Amino acid sequence: MTDATAPASTAKAPAGLLGRLEGSWSWIALGLAGLLLPLLDDSYFGVIAQRAYIYWILGAGLNLVVGYAGQIAIGWVAMLTLGAYTTAALAAGRVGGVEWHPYLALIAGGAMGAVFGVIVGLPALRLRTFYFAMTTLGFATIVTQVALAWKDVTGGGVGTPGPVFPWPFEPGWGFYYFCFILAALATWITANIGSSRYGRALVAIRDAEVAAEASGIAKPKLLVLIFLLAGALGGIAGGLFSSLQSYITPDAFTFEMSVLFFIGILIGGRGSILGPALGTIILTVLPEFAAPLVQWSTFLYAALLLVIVLVIPGGIADLLDYKNRRPLEQHREIVPRVELLSRVLDAKGGPSIITLAKIALHFGGVRAIDGLDLEIRSGEVHGLIGPNGSGKTTTLNVISGYYRPNAGQLKLNGVDLPFDRPHARAGYRIARTFQTPRLVGGASVLENVMIGGTIDGSGSFAESMLALPRHRRDEKRLKEAATRSLATVGLESLADVRADRLQHSELRFMEIARALMLRPAFLLLDEPAAGLSAEEIRRLGALIKAISREGTGVLLVEHHADLIFDICDRVTVLNLGKTLAAGTPAEIRSHREVVSAYLGA
Amino acid sequence: MFASIVSYGLAVGAVYALIGITYNVMFSASRVFSFTAGMLGMLGGVLGALFINKMGMNAALAFVLVMAAGAVFGVVTEILTVRPVLKSIEQHLYVLSTLAFALMVQQVTAIEWGTEAQPFPVLVPIDPNSALGLIDQKFWLPVLACIVTIVGLELLYRRTLIGRAFLAIAEDSYAARALGLPETRLRLASYAIAGMIGALAGFTGAQMLLAYFGNQAILNFYGFVPVALGGMGSNRGAVIGGLALGLFQQAANFLVGGIFASVAVFAVFIVVLLLRPEGLAGAAAARRV
Repeated sequence: MTDATAPASTAKAPAGLLGRLEGSWSWIALGLAGLLLPLLDDSYFGVIAQRAYIYWILGAGLNLVVGYAGQIAIGWVAMLTLGAYTTAALAAGRVGGVEWHPYLALIAGGAMGAVFGVIVGLPALRLRTFYFAMTTLGFATIVTQVALAWKDVTGGGVGTPGPVFPWPFEPGWGFYYFCFILAALATWITANIGSSRYGRALVAIRDAEVAAEASGIAKPKLLVLIFLLAGALGGIAGGLFSSLQSYITPDAFTFEMSVLFFIGILIGGRGSILGPALGTIILTVLPEFAAPLVQWSTFLYAALLLVIVLVIPGGIADLLDYKNRRPLEQHREIVPRVELLSRVLDAKGGPSIITLAKIALHFGGVRAIDGLDLEIRSGEVHGLIGPNGSGKTTTLNVISGYYRPNAGQLKLNGVDLPFDRPHARAGYRIARTFQTPRLVGGASVLENVMIGGTIDGSGSFAESMLALPRHRRDEKRLKEAATRSLATVGLESLADVRADRLQHSELRFMEIARALMLRPAFLLLDEPAAGLSAEEIRRLGALIKAISREGTGVLLVEHHADLIFDICDRVTVLNLGKTLAAGTPAEIRSHREVVSAYLGA
Repeated sequence: MFASIVSYGLAVGAVYALIGITYNVMFSASRVFSFTAGMLGMLGGVLGALFINKMGMNAALAFVLVMAAGAVFGVVTEILTVRPVLKSIEQHLYVLSTLAFALMVQQVTAIEWGTEAQPFPVLVPIDPNSALGLIDQKFWLPVLACIVTIVGLELLYRRTLIGRAFLAIAEDSYAARALGLPETRLRLASYAIAGMIGALAGFTGAQMLLAYFGNQAILNFYGFVPVALGGMGSNRGAVIGGLALGLFQQAANFLVGGIFASVAVFAVFIVVLLLRPEGLAGAAAARRV
């Protein structure tokens, strides 16, 4: 047996500090190398480094799209093309006859990238991944075709000269530092986003979309912001690229570059910033030292991509994740501390009530729910039982907004609750858990729980980008709340462990901790006791009961009759989508039909 | 002008439709959209030109060899890039693995065959002054190939036992496996068929599109548009969508110029996807929570 988890609170501090130092040491080393490179006074190295910085400015944004949001943007080179031509054409006065100042033209290039980043990203807001991959691919093809054909602006196949930036970033080392500073800025901004509630929300959308929605994360809004940022960074990288190339033709923007950007990120690993940065730098620099291989570089990149996908989908970051290879303690116990609940829930507002009236829902010819009436009140545990297929989970999905019933009403305190917008439920303080735990396996338990509090941040996306005070306050508060929530359900010793290393029963409690982050007025639990031991079920029951006594209304969908009868204030029995019986546990237990049909004599 | 819009549009549209069917056949067997569809089309043209122009084979032999090569590439796609990632289909790793394989093939083509578009020989010796030569074969060959493919697939799916097994896999692969159908072998066969259809598209369309490595990206995108518009897995949708796309593209090309044509196709693609994600003909699937 190891002492990895028991004294975690004492071991955590040095490990965390060391981890942070490790992380920042790599950045400090990279930064110093970049700052001091001009001392070599070798313009050849300078040009290679500038190219690496430019690629990384694009790559940093793309990393949020690919590594965090999990969207397969394979044609992001189009943003580079757009930015390059916008900057070059405006600076050369090819549009409207006025020569723009190069710095203004660069900003316009970034704006262009941002706009088209969102346009190309639109299908990703609703559709499966492949459509988005295809859209970016199609867009990259079309942008090149347009660049070839629109001769007035782009110079067609002949090309157009790139801008020359005046003081202080004039060609040579001045421009070098310009690229360096912008690359550092891009790194800083995307790292801030990555470690903010927005970054966690992105990963949650990627790995556990329904859980993200239940936590109040609106996927379209968040993705639009990310595409905006990634597009802008791509456009700015393009503007710099046109200046570095000094003359651009459509040939300069091959699909190979897109592959390079993409693979740089995948090699580095999803959800990391340092890994993709190193990956991009290595892929940019490598061909310079392997001249005979240049012709084959795309082939090798593609082969590398195949190997990564098939052998190490987690990338380098996963290979280097030693921390999570330490064995966990074998015999762990989950001991909830219900006395903390009053601080976790801080119930305000009076008693409220969710009312379902004559709700009916059918899938094709199957009547999943057939005229159901139900009331869930603050401070009560309402049990929902019934055989498989009787409509329990479907009822829960109607309440949490995933399904729109064909008839009937769903009201909160007499006001209709909207359908088709499950992410809006969090705003009403209605939280839920899932039959199969939905988690972000690669994130720590603490981060998983923090996702539950996403809507409680007050800092905007821009504030998070720049790590302004409100962002830092949000982070601090979310972290404290999540720690408290974990302590309440009895998992605080596992806070820093990757969630996919937890046992099944621990995941169930983790989901409850995540739901508690909403300080829910109503908590919907979908078979929370499934797969738990008898002792764990007993503790779970005590926890649920305590939650309801703090004023939260609990809807408990369960198969364990003992648990239901132990802790429920009211029980509804469903059969074939209809109420078979409703009442107090004592009434249900003696209900003849229920006993014969379901409980058994 | 009208005649050339229609003939060229239908011919290009037939090629798009065939690539769309290639996507569909692979999708039905495995729920995977594979980036190798455009690659197969590109290879059909390049290999055909290689066999006939460079090696001096006659058209019939070259055709057989191209079909065989298409089947082989289909099988390799399945074994190398689809089978290993099927277990984690939710993670969309297949997008990357098939793309990687397609890029490797494309790059080898670019290096060994060259990056210039090269002419493709006339396949059927017809006197241009005879009645048959009234319409250039580069226009009717792809249309004929499309018709043959559709009829062939329809016969296969509806009239043969193995075809019904394909349909069973497409409908519900778990249930099909429970019935004892050899799912892996059927999937492999589907990929071989898809490989042949893709190669057929490239082979018959190459007099028009030339033997060019860059056709891969173009066919990948324009072949997918009809699938997205017509609904995944629907061959009828792919044919109607493909022909409509070809006609629209050529009309726009002649009337307002090429830039507008590609921009318009892209805009239509995005708008339709946003308004009707399941395609114009498809039905929305219920979501699982």
